[in-house]
This record gives sequence, structure tokens and C-alpha cells, in this order.
Amino acid sequence: MNNDIFSSIIRRDSFFGRLNAGLKMGVMFLLIIAIMITKDPVTSLGFFGAQVLLVSLCGFNLLRLSFYLWPLLVALLTTGWSTALLAPKTGQILWDFGLNSISTGSLEVAVNMMLRALAMTIPSLVFVMSTDPTDLGDALAQRWRLPARFVLAALVALRLVGVLFGEWHALGQARRARGLGAGQSWWGRVRTAAGQCFALLVQAIRRGSRLAVTMEARGFGAGRRTWARESTVSRADYLVLAVSVLIIVAVYGLSAALGSLTFIWG
Amino acid sequence: MNTQTENPTSITDSADTRGALIELDSLSWHHPGRENPTLNSLSLTIKPGEKVLLLGPSGAGKSTLLHAIAGVLYDQDGQSASGSITINGVPAEQARGLIALMQQDPESSVVLSRVGDDVAFGAENMAVEPSQIWQRVQESLNAVGLGHLELERSTAALSGGQKQRLGLAGILAMRPAALALDEPTANLDPEGVIEVRDAVLAAASTTGATLLVVEHRVGIWSPFMDRVIVLGTDGTISHDGTPEQVLGAARDELIAGGVWVPEYEPELPAFSAPAPGRSLIAARKLGISRVTPTRKSLKIRRAQVKKHPEPIELNLEAVKNYTPQALRDITELSLHEGEHISLLGPNGAGKSTLALTLAGLLYPVAGRLEASRALRTARGGEKIQAHWDIASWNPAQLVSRIGYVFQEPEYQFVTSRVRDELQVGPRRVAALEHRTVDEAELAARTDELLERLRLTHVQDANPFTLSGGEKRRLSVATALATRPQVLILDEPTFGQDARTWAELVQLIRRLVSEGVAVLSITHDEAYTRALGGAHIRLENVHSMTNGLQAEENTHE
Repeated sequence: MNNDIFSSIIRRDSFFGRLNAGLKMGVMFLLIIAIMITKDPVTSLGFFGAQVLLVSLCGFNLLRLSFYLWPLLVALLTTGWSTALLAPKTGQILWDFGLNSISTGSLEVAVNMMLRALAMTIPSLVFVMSTDPTDLGDALAQRWRLPARFVLAALVALRLVGVLFGEWHALGQARRARGLGAGQSWWGRVRTAAGQCFALLVQAIRRGSRLAVTMEARGFGAGRRTWARESTVSRADYLVLAVSVLIIVAVYGLSAALGSLTFIWG
Repeated sequence: MNTQTENPTSITDSADTRGALIELDSLSWHHPGRENPTLNSLSLTIKPGEKVLLLGPSGAGKSTLLHAIAGVLYDQDGQSASGSITINGVPAEQARGLIALMQQDPESSVVLSRVGDDVAFGAENMAVEPSQIWQRVQESLNAVGLGHLELERSTAALSGGQKQRLGLAGILAMRPAALALDEPTANLDPEGVIEVRDAVLAAASTTGATLLVVEHRVGIWSPFMDRVIVLGTDGTISHDGTPEQVLGAARDELIAGGVWVPEYEPELPAFSAPAPGRSLIAARKLGISRVTPTRKSLKIRRAQVKKHPEPIELNLEAVKNYTPQALRDITELSLHEGEHISLLGPNGAGKSTLALTLAGLLYPVAGRLEASRALRTARGGEKIQAHWDIASWNPAQLVSRIGYVFQEPEYQFVTSRVRDELQVGPRRVAALEHRTVDEAELAARTDELLERLRLTHVQDANPFTLSGGEKRRLSVATALATRPQVLILDEPTFGQDARTWAELVQLIRRLVSEGVAVLSITHDEAYTRALGGAHIRLENVHSMTNGLQAEENTHE
């Protein structure tokens, strides 16, 4: 059964996949904050354009990725539409349909909002799609000095999620083999589903406590530990950091030169 | 819990060089809510490097003792434990990492999601130098016969037997001073059992580690052990000595307790299977896979099935492009009334996948799989006969024709009372056929089943609280409650003591005599021998170059 829910889309062998996961997360936050603190359309467009260009140059197919994340795009469009309707109607009225209207001003606000959101999505998208949880764990524990207990617990929990997917499937099969499921009344189905949830919960708890015993028996929590995969930072990592800072400086500069740069507090 | 204490011993130094000295001083353990103590004032010294086999009837506290020695048994309320255990003079709870414990359930011996990381986990906790860890990882994987797996491989994709091997590799990579193994080979195929046992023995002799093994099947280990300790049902040690002494002196006691002593098989009357009757299920060039088909491919399939009232070959569109491992073909396969078939093969060969497909619980991805006419006939209150395509049956049609017993009995339990559990199936069938249930008849049938499977005394208990043997018998009983013509069992004898084993064999023999077709997935040679019938052997994926490999031969 394919219950390895993340591996199919994560590209560890891509340019971004080989970067240090911790540094990559730092860069992601840096870019998101830089976009978040501005509110004018030119800056948003600048960040969006620069990121699409560079990410594509690095061999990351954003179009194909957005295929996996279509619900996000639908959400973006609907918020854009509502913003266009709800924002103050400044400028010329473009489309009046009685109950409500869209003006140049409100459309501008809407487009700006969507661009900002898209620009902020790209770094997180690239990060999530190119990072293996284990690599991130290594980086967080070794570079960011997060407690090993916290990091490993998260990794184990992530594996358990996959295991539980498989278990849910097996429980469903067992219920079909017992004659439950299709053909039951709606109340019967609710009860069958509730029973299946409960059985899964029971399994999860037992599995969790047995795993805790296994981890302890393997010496977890005995004191100092080493990390077999050393989380290294290479020149490519510094390059990505430098390029990101450069993007921020360039976009801010361009936007300021055009007299558009506005910060959220400005 | 002692979690943040400083390392009391320099683990890295001792782990590579010598075995642990294990000392128990009047150790008692009383499970809260139980009448009698599980362990009753045990005093015992196990010398460094000694190889000890721990035996006893089911429920004698063998696992509890292993957990206690490994320092992972906590006295939560302060009432349960008394006495002491020391490892090299240090209390067991503080000697973390000195003793490596392997638990029964293979799934819980896997910690991380990549094979290499999982094996490295223990060694990392022991603060082994990173440069040495990867060497140890590879050595350990080779030792347990998993050397062919890439370190990046996902642990989720491994079979139960592979997980058991992986867990052992993780332990070996720690180079612990003692190995405490709870039925380490229970999920393995016969060749795997020998391979893994030899890996354990080799590791113990090269590192000098103390070895403690709990195992039902005594003969596998006893020739290589220094000492055998038998725990009695009263929580005390009933025998302790060399294998020859103990297995001689305690033989009758062990047999009575259901332990598999060497050269002993439960006595069974002679059995001759009836001549097989009509065909019930037939398959041709069947392709199987665990991959869940897409909605679209199922829609296409439904339409095709509807169009053809007679059996045809059907290929599931979306699954075609998956890796060839997902497709393992069996050219010809059929199940007849009054026939027993053993489905054999190494771990991970796809035996369960095949059985689930035959039972209509997975979609066949290629080829033809049909319910023969004798199985399709309308039964009881049914107005029309069932379709030839088993996968499209509704659950009531399914349970009244094919019973499936999962390897993990607990998956199948859906009520909170043993008696109700046996009535779920019949009630569902009646409801779907718009019949009212004949309560008197159902009660009589339930009583008969309870009687037949020796469950009458627990009929009001919660199924989850039963013992291992009782759970197994209940899961078989639930499948029989709807009187199916086909019964499929996944590892029915796994982890069962000799008594339950003999009962199961007798029960299945009776079913076969009554004309039921029984298919058992099994690694158990004695079981196959006792039931006879045809064998189907699924070969390992690695050896299947042309994707087709099937062998059917008649036994005896």
C-alpha cells in the first residue's frame, strides 16, 4: 500500500532538495517577512516576478507544483474576488451589477492582495516540496540546537501518521469482511465509521506506547547523542542566502525608485 | 521516570567489549487489577555472555520479565513492583542502552521512516562517532539479510518479517551488552528464522553480549543456548538449568503449558481429506496490487463488469503503470469445495495481497477472477444469484460466501461483547436480504459456535480483553458465523501455543470434511502437514524475473 504520503512529491535530488534544510527554512522566513511588511502592488509584483524567474531557472517546475496545490489557487481567486467586491470603491466603476460593483480601485486592491499572497506562497511551496522531514530534523537539532527529544518525537509522529493511514485501510477491509459498510442504513454507517475511528484511536495509542518503549530500549534519552547524518552547509546554501538578500534589496530599491514602496506601517 | 540522569556507566566503553551481568533480587511484579502476581519473588543471576532461553506457558510473564530487565517497566502507582534488578551493578532503569530489547510486534520495532536512519537511531543514542555509525548500519543490515535494501528506502513499504529483521539490525548496531529478544523470529518464513537466529548468535559471540530469548518454538534455539529458564504460571521459576536437563525434566510440564518443545507435535488423529467437490473460485493470469485504484479506473471497471454477465479478463487502467513489483501473476488458481490449500512463500512475496484479492477485499488489477457457479448460487433469502465478479459484491453477499480471518484478530472486532461479535454477520445478512432475524435460531447457532470454539466461558467479555489464543479462536468463529463456503486464514497459527494450534487444526479439518474450501497463508510446516492439500508458493519479488512464477503440487 502506498501510505508514504509525502515522498511522491518531494524532490530531494533537485537543486533545492540538496540545500541545507535549516538554512532553507531561514531563507523562506526571510523572504516571507520581507513581503509581509510591504503593501504596495509594485513590490508584490517585483517579488513575485523575481521568485518565479529564479526558481524556474533552478529547475523547479512551479506550474506542475501548482497542480498539486490547486485548492490553494482556488482559495486565492475567491478571496481576490471578494476583496474586489468589498474593498472601498475608489476610482472608476468598471462593472456594476446592481447589488454590488467593482471599481478600478477595488480591483487594484484585489490584484495586489493576490500577488502578495502568491509571492509569499512560492518560498513556502519550494521549501515544503523540496525538504525531507528527516533532513529538516537533522538541521534543526544540529544547527539550530533544538532539543533532540522534540525533533525526534516530531519525526516519529510523522511516520506514525503514515502507519495510521495504512491501518485505517486495513480496518476498513476488516469491516467489509465482517459485512459492514455499503448497504447499511445511514445510522448504521455512522456507527460503523465511528467504530472504525475508535479502533484506529485504540491502535494509535497502543502503537505509540510500544514505540516509546522501543525508543527507550534503544537508548533514547540516555544523555549525549550523536547525529549520523551531519547537517552541513555548503557554498550553494550561502549562494541562495545571498541571492535572496539581493532579491529583497533589488525589489525594494526598484519599488522605491518608482516611488511606490510602502511599508505596512507607512 | 529517570530520563535526564547522567550516564551511570561509560556505555561506549563497555558495549564493545563484554556482556552484561544481570542480577535479580526477589523481583516481584503485580499487574494492577490482577489477582495473582505476574512475577513472584524471582532471584536470579545471569552471567556476562550467558545465552539464556526463557520459556513458559502463555501468560506466565515472560515478556514482563524481559521488559523489567530492559528497564522499561515502570511502576506507575508504586504498588506493582518490589525487589531489584541490576545490570553490571546499576539499577536497570538507569542502565539505558546497555540492554537492547526487541518487542513482539514488528511494527513497533521501527522508529524512523528511512531504513538507514532507523538502524542508525540506537547507535546515535549511544553517542557513537558518526563516521563509525554508517559502517555499523551496513554491517547490521547485512547480518540480518537486509543488505540489499537501499538506506534511503522507506520503512513503511517493508513487510512484517522485514520489519522484524530491521528491528534486529537496529539493535545490533548499538552493540549492546545484552540482547533481550521477545519472539524475534515469529513473523519470519522458515529460511528467515534460521538466518536471523544465526545472525543473533553470531552477534552475541563476537561482541560477547549476554543473550536472553523468549520463544515458543524451543527447538530453534535450545541447541545453541547455555541455559534454559522456565517460568511457571504462578510467577516463579519452575526450572533452571542446561537445555538437556530442563527440557528433559520439564518436558511434560512444558507440553501441558502449550510450549513447543523439540520433537513434539500435538497428537492428532489421522486425517484424510474428502475428494474436492465443485469449483468455487477460479483465477487466470491474475494480477494483484496493494495500490488503491483511482475513482476513474473503478468507474470504467464497473461499467465493464456490468456489460459482461459472464467472466472476462479485466485490467484496471490506472494500475498498469505502477512498478512491476506491484504485479505478481499466478497463471492458474482454483479453490474447490472440501479442499485445503496452503499459500506459502517468503516474507513480502504478496501472499496477503493475493488472499485479500481472492476474498474480494482488493481489486484484481489484471486477469480473470471469478466466483464459480456453485459460489454464485442464491442463498437463504437472496432473490438473485451473485455476480461472478467478487469485488463488486455487497458486504452481505460477501460474508455469507467468503469468510476472511485477518492476521491481527483485533482488526475484526466491532462490538464490545464476544456473543454480539458472533451475531454481527448473520444479522447483517438478514438485514440486507430484508429478512427478520429468527432470534431463537440465531441464539442456538451462537451457542453452538461458542461451544465449538471453547468460548462459552467468555461470552460476555469484551473481545479486546481476551488472551491471544481466545482472540484467534473468536476471529475464526466470527468468520464461521455466516457459514461461508470459502474460508481464508492469514497466518492462523502465528504466535499460538501448541494447544490452540491443535484446536485450530482440528477445527479446520472438520470444516474441510464438511465441504468448506479453506485457504491458509502460512509459514508453519507442521500446520501444512497436518492439513494436507495443495500448496501454492509465491516466490520473492527479487527472484521473479519474468513476473510469472507459480508452482502447484499435491502433498502426499
